[in-house]
Amino acid sequence: MGIFDNFNFSKLKEGLTKTRTKIVNTINEAVTGKAVIDDKTLDEIEEILITSDIGYDTAVQIIENVRGRMKSEKDRTDLNVIETVKKELTGILDIESNFNSEQEIKTHKPYIILVVGINGVGKTTTIGKLAHNYKKAGLKVIVGAADTFRAAANEQLEIWSKRAGVEIIQKGHGADPSSVAFETVQHAIKHQYDVVLIDTAGRLHNKGHLMEELNKIKRVLSKNLPYAPNETLLVLDGNTGQNAILQAEEFSKVTDITGLVVTKLDGTAKGGVVFQIVNKQKVPIKYIGVGEGIEDLQTFDSKLFVSAIFE
Amino acid sequence: MFEELSLKLEKALKKVSGQGKLTEKNISDTVREIRRILLDADVNYKVAKDFIDKVQEKALGTEVIASISPGQLITKIIYDELTELLGGDRKEIKLNASGLTTILVVGLQGSGKTTFCGKLAKRLKESKLKVMLAAADVYRPAAVEQLKTLGAQIEVPVYSIDVPDAKRTAKEALAEANAAGCNVLIVDTAGRLHVDEEMMNEAAAIRDIINPDESLFVVDSMTGQDAVNSAKAFNEKINYDGIVLTKLDGDARGGAALSIRAVVGKPIKFISSGEKLSALEPFYPDRLASRILGKGDIISFVEKAQESFDENEAAKLEEKFKKNKFDFEDFLKQIKMIKKMGSLSSLLGMIPGIGNQIKNADIDDKALVKVEAIINSMTQEERQKPKILNGSRRMRIARGSGSSIQEVNRLIKQFGDMQSLMKKMNQRGFANNFLNKIK
Ligand SMILES: Nc1nc2c(ncn2[C@@H]2O[C@H](COP(=O)(O)OP(=O)(O)OP(=O)(O)O)[C@@H](O)[C@H]2O)c(=O)[nH]1
Ligand SMILES: Nc1nc2c(ncn2[C@@H]2O[C@H](COP(=O)(O)OP(=O)(O)OP(=O)(O)O)[C@@H](O)[C@H]2O)c(=O)[nH]1
Ligand SMILES: [Mg+2]
Ligand SMILES: [Mg+2]
Repeated sequence: MGIFDNFNFSKLKEGLTKTRTKIVNTINEAVTGKAVIDDKTLDEIEEILITSDIGYDTAVQIIENVRGRMKSEKDRTDLNVIETVKKELTGILDIESNFNSEQEIKTHKPYIILVVGINGVGKTTTIGKLAHNYKKAGLKVIVGAADTFRAAANEQLEIWSKRAGVEIIQKGHGADPSSVAFETVQHAIKHQYDVVLIDTAGRLHNKGHLMEELNKIKRVLSKNLPYAPNETLLVLDGNTGQNAILQAEEFSKVTDITGLVVTKLDGTAKGGVVFQIVNKQKVPIKYIGVGEGIEDLQTFDSKLFVSAIFE
Repeated sequence: MFEELSLKLEKALKKVSGQGKLTEKNISDTVREIRRILLDADVNYKVAKDFIDKVQEKALGTEVIASISPGQLITKIIYDELTELLGGDRKEIKLNASGLTTILVVGLQGSGKTTFCGKLAKRLKESKLKVMLAAADVYRPAAVEQLKTLGAQIEVPVYSIDVPDAKRTAKEALAEANAAGCNVLIVDTAGRLHVDEEMMNEAAAIRDIINPDESLFVVDSMTGQDAVNSAKAFNEKINYDGIVLTKLDGDARGGAALSIRAVVGKPIKFISSGEKLSALEPFYPDRLASRILGKGDIISFVEKAQESFDENEAAKLEEKFKKNKFDFEDFLKQIKMIKKMGSLSSLLGMIPGIGNQIKNADIDDKALVKVEAIINSMTQEERQKPKILNGSRRMRIARGSGSSIQEVNRLIKQFGDMQSLMKKMNQRGFANNFLNKIK
């Protein structure tokens, strides 16, 4: 179906390279043309990895793995060391998945996508962007405003739904979020919508009652439609450090996360914490957010993501 | 019986013999572990390195006093420095005694600016000030609505205009606040990336318009390594007065705060810890330091050391050693100090990298209890003048402490030996001999 074919991949690079950190520049200079892996190079790689939020243990592990790989390599130039690190990193992100959303959309109508995450990461914005893309792909789309808590959450989603040209179901402030989800799905079934996107309130993963509320939304969805939700997307802020690991862990406990969205990668943050998350949770990164505009959502590409770390 | 005691006193005595100093070697395991702890807490790579290097440099050569190992001492020094750095030049926000005080709020997208504006307005209103909010975020969908909703909740007026012009909003809000005789005007701005030149210029322009008495940079406490870059860039452009750390009701360790303190040196002024408008807290540097170092063993150790690590006490004891006035009373004090820190073996075991070595040392905490019991059964006079301890007194002490007469005799003898040694020996010799004797 090629929903996201028209995405502009170069924009990720453009965004990510807008400001190159001095550190990284220094590395690239230091790295080219040297013949052997010396401690200094390895230290520099460690610094690149850690400053991208990969985490200390993972960085050490990756360097160890690379060392192992390099043993049997004749080419030990730093350039090749970097290539090997990149391969190692890409390998972590390219996980096997037998879930093909384009295939699933064809066989499930309405196709339900639940969007979750902690406060302010970019859930509502991502929903606006997704709605736009599905709409552009010729699908009939509706969004459900199940964040009934935050000030002006309804108004915000309403503006996005208008921008994307899609329908919205909303209730008053303080309404039961699962009832909004329920009604949206009912409406979608009745009026033959293809795609349903449910926005939820930001909730910190360490707040039991809010996580329970999310679990209830999920239960209500599947009571309504046994296969729902088809996708549960966990949105992570690309600026977030090691705490994102806990977020992924806790959200996975109450919902079945099918994919990750990493936002705000148009800044200088690299979002390296996702390596640990993908590795532990075995869920793929589906999209990345590279701006506040409606076009600023891209399908994830592991190679581009990894090379951005080294730029 | 006295093996563990010797170990415990070793540190205090090494001081006398001039051996117990912090060296790169005797703290290297601890330093490595602390670096890792800081990185796991999201402290920036460079900041963590510089911070530890600096503290280490400052601490090298510091004498290890009281009953603390070099690793423990450096941990404590790092904790103290961390608290100091986080809390240094802490200031409240400046409110003008008369006339209008203007406050500018800036930061990255979704960091919690708008919510913070509501919280601060509520706080100031509660202290009987006339407050106005200005909605100068004209980009984010429903940003103005959001601020208006919050304003309505706390009955604070929100100034906004129908055209998407942030600078004009700020300008008009300023005039309006002055005309209405407000005490405080808080200006909310759009989230922006530090690399977005146009938006950064807009923020600077808004600042120039309202000429804020207080400008605040709002940071999400979950921010990772990149915090240094955004904090620096905002500081270069806005030269803000302070930092607001948000979402501390989460479980992030908040190392970004250290990174930012280290690179821009601006004080942390508020803590935002919830979505409700009442969730605004003053900032406690020691709590944040504990949080960054982790709630685990390191921290409970630091807290314990904090309680028992009394430098004055240690200095007094040392003085007594030198003047040969060390009596059973002092001996007891020393033991109590060690005991406050919990069992010696478990205490040492808490320090990463030290635990394993200590396991082999096989320390029996019970023997200490015995020594303490014996001394406790002495009268004050006996403790100060051990010479008067005759046979019947010793009997009484043995019974009172549940020990055998031999145990009492041994302790008194060893103590006597120690005292006479003190007289004769030079300091190094004294320490070694004492340690040999007491075994
Ligand atoms: N630069 C940039 N900003 C983004 C991106 N995605 C979202 N934002 C901004 O981040 C802020 C928060 O986005 P929202 O979509 O409201 O986030 P949310 O997760 O719905 O927030 P809550 O519902 O309050 O929990 C807004 O200012 C967005 O414009 C992105 O990819 N890049
Ligand atoms: N749990 C928690 N949530 C918070 C806190 N402060 C703000 N939030 C939430 O974080 C999200 C973003 O807060 P906003 O105040 O909209 O952030 P902002 O910086 O104004 O966002 P933009 O204007 O889009 O850049 C909302 O869901 C808030 O309710 C806090 O201290 N704790
Ligand atoms: Mg939202
Ligand atoms: Mg805002």
